[in-house]
Amino acid sequence: MRTSIEWMVGGQQGEGIDSTGELFARTLVRYGYSVSTYKQFMSRIKGGHTNYKLKATIQRNYYAGDEIDILLCLDKESLEKNESNLSKGALIIQEGTVENLIRNEEKQYDIFTVPLKKLASELGNPLAKNMIAIGISSALVDLPKELLNHFISEIFEKKGEEVIRTNIQAVAKGYELTTNFLSHLVSPLEKADLKDQLFMSGNEATAFGSLMAGCRFLSAYPITPASEIMEWLAKELPAVGGTVMQVEDEIAGICLAIGANYSGVRAMTSTSGPGISLKTEAIGMAGMSEVPIVIVNSQRGGPSTGLPTKHEQSDLQHMIYGTHGEIPRIVLYPSTIEEAFYIAAESFNLAEYYQCPVIVALDLGLSMNKMTVPSFNSKRVEIHRGKLLTEEELKLYKEDFFSRYRFTDDGISPRPLVGMKNGLHLTSSNEHGEDGYITEDPELRIKMMRKRLEKTKEAMIQEPFKLQSSTGISPKEVDILLVGMGSTFGAINEAMTKLNEQGRETYAHLHIQQLYPLPLEQLSDLFENKRIITIENNYTSQLLILLKQHLPIHNQAESIVQFDGNPFMIKTLLEQMKKVV
Amino acid sequence: MATMKDLRGDAPTWCPGCGHFSIMAGIQKSMIELGYEPHEFAIISGIGCSGKVSEYIRSNSFHTIHGRSVPIAQGVKMGNPNLKVIASGGDGDGYGIGLGHFVHASRRNIDMSYIVMDNSIYGLTKGQTSPRSEHGFVTKSASSENKEYPVDPVCTSIINGATFVAQGYSGNIKQLTHIIKRAIEHRGFSHVNIFSPCVTFNKVNTYDYYKERLISIEEPFHTRDAAIQSLREHHGLVTGILFEELRDDYQTKLGIDFDMQSVQSGEMDHERLTLMQERFK
Repeated sequence: MRTSIEWMVGGQQGEGIDSTGELFARTLVRYGYSVSTYKQFMSRIKGGHTNYKLKATIQRNYYAGDEIDILLCLDKESLEKNESNLSKGALIIQEGTVENLIRNEEKQYDIFTVPLKKLASELGNPLAKNMIAIGISSALVDLPKELLNHFISEIFEKKGEEVIRTNIQAVAKGYELTTNFLSHLVSPLEKADLKDQLFMSGNEATAFGSLMAGCRFLSAYPITPASEIMEWLAKELPAVGGTVMQVEDEIAGICLAIGANYSGVRAMTSTSGPGISLKTEAIGMAGMSEVPIVIVNSQRGGPSTGLPTKHEQSDLQHMIYGTHGEIPRIVLYPSTIEEAFYIAAESFNLAEYYQCPVIVALDLGLSMNKMTVPSFNSKRVEIHRGKLLTEEELKLYKEDFFSRYRFTDDGISPRPLVGMKNGLHLTSSNEHGEDGYITEDPELRIKMMRKRLEKTKEAMIQEPFKLQSSTGISPKEVDILLVGMGSTFGAINEAMTKLNEQGRETYAHLHIQQLYPLPLEQLSDLFENKRIITIENNYTSQLLILLKQHLPIHNQAESIVQFDGNPFMIKTLLEQMKKVV
Repeated sequence: MATMKDLRGDAPTWCPGCGHFSIMAGIQKSMIELGYEPHEFAIISGIGCSGKVSEYIRSNSFHTIHGRSVPIAQGVKMGNPNLKVIASGGDGDGYGIGLGHFVHASRRNIDMSYIVMDNSIYGLTKGQTSPRSEHGFVTKSASSENKEYPVDPVCTSIINGATFVAQGYSGNIKQLTHIIKRAIEHRGFSHVNIFSPCVTFNKVNTYDYYKERLISIEEPFHTRDAAIQSLREHHGLVTGILFEELRDDYQTKLGIDFDMQSVQSGEMDHERLTLMQERFK
């Protein structure tokens, strides 16, 4: 009996690798397992090796795993590229002329060749060849076939009876092949019972959370790995009276969204590194003119065009500091897909409350890969539209021309909606007085700078960081704190557990979700008397630099970095840890 | 109904004699004569001498950044379709740094007006060659006279699908007001290019220059080709409404029942959340 299964399908792009992987992943979700996935792909449409990796467990997991128990190879590279990650006793399924099982004693894996194409053609549906392989895989872990058949009927409903029938037959063929040739390799996966699970990507969760928080407009330009946010909202927004606009460039993307925010709409833009570079001037305008805006930056391998389809976390400093001059801003970075939903929702509250840009950082690992997520709670984040005035409230001001930038105790000025009868006002990117008119008066300038730059000091999301340790260890009293951000959550968490099991030093895992302004008081307490090791996917240790800039940890902190375009594996993390500790 | 006094904002700092005064007056007169209140408008401006117009007209105004008034104005209109939206800026703002947005706005046809104060020079930065400066124009920003040829703004918007294209002149405020009124009332993207002499830095394109050369038309051309042909023949120096076409604007074409501003504070819509979650199972 096994408690987890790690599975991969690899092949050439355009061969349905993604849909095959997704189908098996969703099947496992239906059986109540927790599933994490990772897709490798290249910046081209057809051809080039791609693969879809998944790990299913009986308890919640956040990492797609280091190893592969079953590898479905639809091209030569699938084995070449992934051989080093095969687990002991792994099974490789390959296209071949006849059914044949070959044992590789030296490397301790089996290769099962099977004429998938021929068998599928015999069933009358050559496209169902990957379904035979899914059948073999399911039988190898002893999943009950009935639920799988039911699921197939559901997903192929629109394609008609014939397609459903041949796909069910293909799965049955897979089960039959396992019985006939691989019965000694069957190792049942322990039953799981995780209820109310959703299966989605970070991009989908971000888009969904935004919509639920009242976002009604997104303008953006296509870019990997963020496009899915635009595509998802394009389908969903019209039903709630909103829309998506794919516009001419990245600058228009942010400018239209700022325009919509100015007119009183919760609006956002989504992009990746090259886009955030282009949007930088407009981010400064939103900061200066105190117009809310939510910007999602799904990071990918930089610099410049860099590695457009690979993972990296190297825009941190750009997101925190990028733009000329100094502006108020908030930078958030969800650690899981579940958090992406809630943090996206919170970002609209913060943007409207503090009237400033809020950047929601994602990374390719988080954006494009799907994971099981518990059902969302509609009560966790409430919509707060901040100091937006009603027509009635506006009347009480009795102003001929509304002072948009009036000084207040908290530095946040009430905001009328554009178009309100008593709310005429001027919004400006120039330094301005309370009425919005241009000023160069030094005293007024100082007051306005203080108003803007001090207003976000208290900004705090519900969960500015996640802190965990192994059972029986208090995370506040460990020797070493592993600090990460974004999609490294699962790998760092599992690595921490392994390190604690080794029993020398004690470890805790801190994952920061609010990068700017940092929750300094809490971090300062936490960092006392501990070694700090940041774990990040960039060259210059940007997270470490950020922490050092704000906290006196220079003699106790170091970093582990990886910038090859791939996410951390637990084994490489542990190797690097050995060198550092 | 609004009066001129209602529409007066901050005191203008343009040079005495600047063509922009007439353009601002044309916009204000149009707002009055059409019977609108100041709060029904949003005036979005870019950067430069012309960009200051949003501070000088008392309305809902947004003084934005260089070259981006058009995309921001489109966002404003998307957010609140009831507003009359005017984007305004100079030739450097619209045909230099912001040219891309101008072309795309022309073909997108969102219901807004784009009024360009074209003085064929960079004024606020004190007299550099602009994308509208004539071939051979001499300024301090070039080591020799201008070797480039000017952007043709009205042919650009005509050929890229703008549904209202007009050209005016600061020296003819009557025609200018007529054009701006029609542009505001036009449903779709209206582009108005206005020759606006810079009395301080442009010693070529002066009031006298335009007085001698401009010809004015009473009726728009019937086709885009005819408009372009005439403009070519007259080196672009034609004023009046050049072309108008009635076509559904972008938002009408989308056919969405827009309701973007009404999101209320309070709990998330639990029913919607539950319903939408189903598709992820």
